[in-house]
Amino acid sequence: MMEENKEKLSTLNSQLSTEKRYLRLSGLEPMIVNENMNFINVGERTNVAGSRKFLRLIKEEKFDEALDIARHQVEGGAQVIDINMDDGLLDGKEAMVRYLNLIMAEPDIARVPIMIDSSKWEIIEAGLQVVQGKCVVNSISLKEGKEKFINEAKLIKRYGAAVIVMAFDYVGQADNYERRIEIAERSYRILVDEVDFAPEDIIFDLNIFPVATGMDEHKLNAIDFIEATRWVRQNLPHCSVSGGVSNVSFSFRGNNPVREAMHSVFLFHAIKAGMNMGIVNPAMLEVYDDIPKDLLERVEDVILNRRDDATERLLDFAETVKGTGKKEAGQDLSWREEPLQDRITRALVKGIDQFIVEDVEEARQASDKPIEVIEGHLMTGMNVVGDLFGEGKMFLPQVVKSARVMKKAVAYLLPYIEEEKLKNPKVEGASDNAGKILMATVKGDVHDIGKNIVSVVLACNNYEIVDLGVMVPPEKIIQAAIDENVDAIGLSGLITPSLDEMVYLAKEMQRKDFTMPLLIGGATTSKAHTAVKIDPQYEGSVVHVNDASRAVTVVGDLLKPDTKEDYIKSIKEDYDVFREKFLKRTKKKEYLSIADARANHYKIDWETSEIVKPNQLGIQVIENQDLNELVDYIDWSPFFRSWDLHGKYPDILEDKVVGPQAKELFADAKEMLDKLLAEKWLTAKAIFGLYEANTVNTDDIEISLNGEQKATFRTLRQQLKKYKGKPNFALSDFVAPKESGKQDYMGCFCVTTGFGTAAKAKEFEENLDDYNAIMVKALADRLAEAYAEYLHKEVRMKHWGYAANEGLTNEELIKEIYKGIRPAPGYPACPDHLEKLTIWELLKVKETIGVELTESIAMWPAASVSGYYFGNEEARYFGLGKIKEDQVKDFANRKAIDLELAEKWLSPNIADD
Amino acid sequence: MKNIQDILKERILVLDGAMGTMIQQYKFTEEDYRGERFKDWGQPLQGNNDLLSLTQPEAIKEIHGKYFEAGADIAETNTFSGTTIAMEDYGMEDLVYELNYESAKIAKEVADEFTAKNPDKPRFVAGSIGPTNRTASMSPDVNDPGFRAVTFDDLRVAYKLQIEALLDGGSDILLVETVFDTLNAKAALFAIEEVKDERGIDVPIMVSGTITDASGRTLSGQTAEAFLVSISHIPMLSVGFNCALGANQLTPHLEVLAQKAEFNVSAHPNAGLPNAFGEYDETPEQMAGQIKEFLDKSLINIIGGCCGTTPAHIKAIADLATQYKPRLI
Repeated sequence: MMEENKEKLSTLNSQLSTEKRYLRLSGLEPMIVNENMNFINVGERTNVAGSRKFLRLIKEEKFDEALDIARHQVEGGAQVIDINMDDGLLDGKEAMVRYLNLIMAEPDIARVPIMIDSSKWEIIEAGLQVVQGKCVVNSISLKEGKEKFINEAKLIKRYGAAVIVMAFDYVGQADNYERRIEIAERSYRILVDEVDFAPEDIIFDLNIFPVATGMDEHKLNAIDFIEATRWVRQNLPHCSVSGGVSNVSFSFRGNNPVREAMHSVFLFHAIKAGMNMGIVNPAMLEVYDDIPKDLLERVEDVILNRRDDATERLLDFAETVKGTGKKEAGQDLSWREEPLQDRITRALVKGIDQFIVEDVEEARQASDKPIEVIEGHLMTGMNVVGDLFGEGKMFLPQVVKSARVMKKAVAYLLPYIEEEKLKNPKVEGASDNAGKILMATVKGDVHDIGKNIVSVVLACNNYEIVDLGVMVPPEKIIQAAIDENVDAIGLSGLITPSLDEMVYLAKEMQRKDFTMPLLIGGATTSKAHTAVKIDPQYEGSVVHVNDASRAVTVVGDLLKPDTKEDYIKSIKEDYDVFREKFLKRTKKKEYLSIADARANHYKIDWETSEIVKPNQLGIQVIENQDLNELVDYIDWSPFFRSWDLHGKYPDILEDKVVGPQAKELFADAKEMLDKLLAEKWLTAKAIFGLYEANTVNTDDIEISLNGEQKATFRTLRQQLKKYKGKPNFALSDFVAPKESGKQDYMGCFCVTTGFGTAAKAKEFEENLDDYNAIMVKALADRLAEAYAEYLHKEVRMKHWGYAANEGLTNEELIKEIYKGIRPAPGYPACPDHLEKLTIWELLKVKETIGVELTESIAMWPAASVSGYYFGNEEARYFGLGKIKEDQVKDFANRKAIDLELAEKWLSPNIADD
Repeated sequence: MKNIQDILKERILVLDGAMGTMIQQYKFTEEDYRGERFKDWGQPLQGNNDLLSLTQPEAIKEIHGKYFEAGADIAETNTFSGTTIAMEDYGMEDLVYELNYESAKIAKEVADEFTAKNPDKPRFVAGSIGPTNRTASMSPDVNDPGFRAVTFDDLRVAYKLQIEALLDGGSDILLVETVFDTLNAKAALFAIEEVKDERGIDVPIMVSGTITDASGRTLSGQTAEAFLVSISHIPMLSVGFNCALGANQLTPHLEVLAQKAEFNVSAHPNAGLPNAFGEYDETPEQMAGQIKEFLDKSLINIIGGCCGTTPAHIKAIADLATQYKPRLI
């Protein structure tokens, strides 16, 4: 037997060097990495360390949306998806298992192999235990010694996975050619000779580091990687080489033309050397052949380290490339030579209103009746817009611009149509629209950007819109629906109390025996809430429409006679199933009693924790803040989101799909912003107060000024049963308790940039310019958030002064890496809107700066932000999650309000039994 | 005695046919299932075929004998449901070791008898490891896709006990069969590797999956090749498919394995698809006719039968197989 084994081994070894062996992976389908697969692209958006959005979705347990991210990647061409749940606030093991289990139920995602990514072995092993296909483990290394390396490799082999081996040992990460090949070879020999690991299942990550950093020791980073890759592929048979490509261009952040060129050049050479797998953002890649010659030469000089002054030359050159991007030269008016219909269609598709009146006039003269221009020329053009939008080739801001052109054209034609009617009373006007839709933002809520976008998009698709505006009471909606005989009702809301308003309205519609469909939308709404709380109240269709682009299809399916019946039935069934599923899911959660949750509160060591007394206690007011100062604090990502363009700023500007549109929208926004600042359209005001504060009875915070008690903030505590060692947070945990004997402090604030917005938006609307009406609101919202960020910084550095030496860049501010937090009532850490009343009373907000609270306790003007300040170093954001009835009762008692009232306000957070 | 690996290079080996179909012919009653030993057992036991190795060992012995007589080289032990997980239905978790041990012992005795009679045709015992009645990568609850009724570790522990008993009872081969969820199979393979490691032994492993419907996928959604890739980390004697489909529907999937697998390829299909009464009515001749296609195409190294097959089917298949060379690896 021994002899036989030896023989086997020697034949195996001789076979090894000649025979081709391929890395084989599998999901539901196989993936064989052979010569035909030039390069395997690993999707990495499902990584909590790399994607803030994914992290948020996992934290908030929005698994459906988290699955969408995986699905998008697979649809976008990722051949393997990397999943990472390493985050301090997550139970990584539980999150990994849960997410993978859900992925396994989605055949369109599960068809590709999974890369299980973690620095913790227990998470990797938990992942390996729930995936049937052949995965890749990312990663193991000799960092913590040979024994651990061997043990993990053996188990990985037994679980049947391939492995990424980092070029890393106890000395550190391999950062030159020799260290890379030395560690790779050592790792390879251990795996192949001692563990009997299949060599084709080994993938080396040889560490891609930045070049052109200005430091001499980094000059060889790229070429060393490339050469080490070549050596590894030639000398260590059958293995693969992988890496994260964007690292290489790190020093050119902000200069995408150069970064894209660097990525392409690097990949071009690395792939030739044998790199066959990696993480690459396809949007950040220039076609190698398309790189301008002069740029290419300089980039190659840097990547291949061909000249001593390569870095300086690229830096100099980069200045000239920066920002120029791919701008089109001059305005091309050649399309004005084309036939009339083509011109009109083009004007609508491109959103150009410059010539529309003259074109429409030409069309009118050529037609028998003016109405024919609308039904003919303009509808032909809008149909093209609708088709392009439906195919995903046009984006929302473009459609809104198209609508602006359309409105302008129709406005020009209206007097002629009226005249025609007078001349010939028998002829009816254009009433053959696709349907009449009532749109409203519900009582107590003032947010209407999303609603307006949906209205415009529907109007573009030939629906007649009855827009009741914001803060519309239910009776008015019901009455208008009857009077106008509408075909569907669309409700919008952004704040949580709006959810209850929607439930109420559904009940009312049922009571009135309505049958028309009810559409639900807005940031706070969800399919879950719609299915569980709204749908059961109304026998007609209830549909959650989460983005404007879906609205057209949904409304179409709901109203078109041929699709109507089937769609309505399928929607009801879908929501029934979803509801059951959801209710079952929530049942499985375990909660602590409020007493036990309090016992498990987050514990700060108040003996050692630093408490800084604010430089100035009491209320301060800022009237007429200079808006120019706020511009640098704007977080643009949410701005794009409000236009249904998804992606992170500034990367979104270079996005393969939405990039061009994002750029255009951004240019428009910048233009309006300049005007808005120069012409002072908006007035910004702020008020804030800093107080002595101590926690009492674990969950309440007593506020006083110079020893005189002023108010008590009531906080809410997480009740979901946590994993061992994880606390149940409440905001009160971040303020020293009275028993500690320490005097602590906290603050609260309200900022607004909203005064002037409504008037300006109305002005635009009257000019038939919805695009700019929406734009000014979106900008005001961004400025309010920027103001909150700016003021927080001022408070930290000056007024409170606990972080006097802080010097953070705007990017760092957006990433919220400073000390202390500013949670807002109505948001995850403190979803109770009622606390705003306490802030308003304490600071006299309404009396001083004029920001009011509506009956749903939304702020008016809408572009306002309010919240608390907590300064403790350990203070952090968290989501309250669901709470139980015992805390609701306790909360009602503490606040001295009726239980019913407390239940009403907290209902989105009360766990279903 | 020749090593099974070597024999496989020379000829196609024949696996036996259905155990359940043969047991049905005895028309055992509840009392027969119980025997003397379990007459007071608190739960109904009829249908617990694995138990018959303890209560009706002669019948099981006879069935193995009939299949060897018909020309089978490999007998499967009567242990398809021999895990603590599957035996939970009968409250017989504590008997799992004994059931597997005795079943393997019975099969081995009969095999040794036949080998002694004709040493040129050595007979082997494959310890049958079924899929259990739970799935590790699917939720039994359509409304809760993230839920799992069994974990990898539950399966690994259960399989390990079965494997140890099958080996102790004298199994020559371990056969992980009717794999409808690859993750279950991976847990079984993991347990086998553990046992091999702990005992310092090697044992030939056969793995046989099940393509459940015309979509050409396992119940857990994998294609034939993805299934192969997912289990290829273990050195296997053979990989193949059994059950669910008749021989004719199995051809395209066997073609995938024959082309891609570095292992021997096995097939033990059902005697066609069940009719309206749940009976399999493909005759031995019909089935052999279908299997001829596998052989003509050189797809096979090990061939046998699953549900509905009898010694007559196995005889027809065995006679046919002698006329063909095995597939070259």
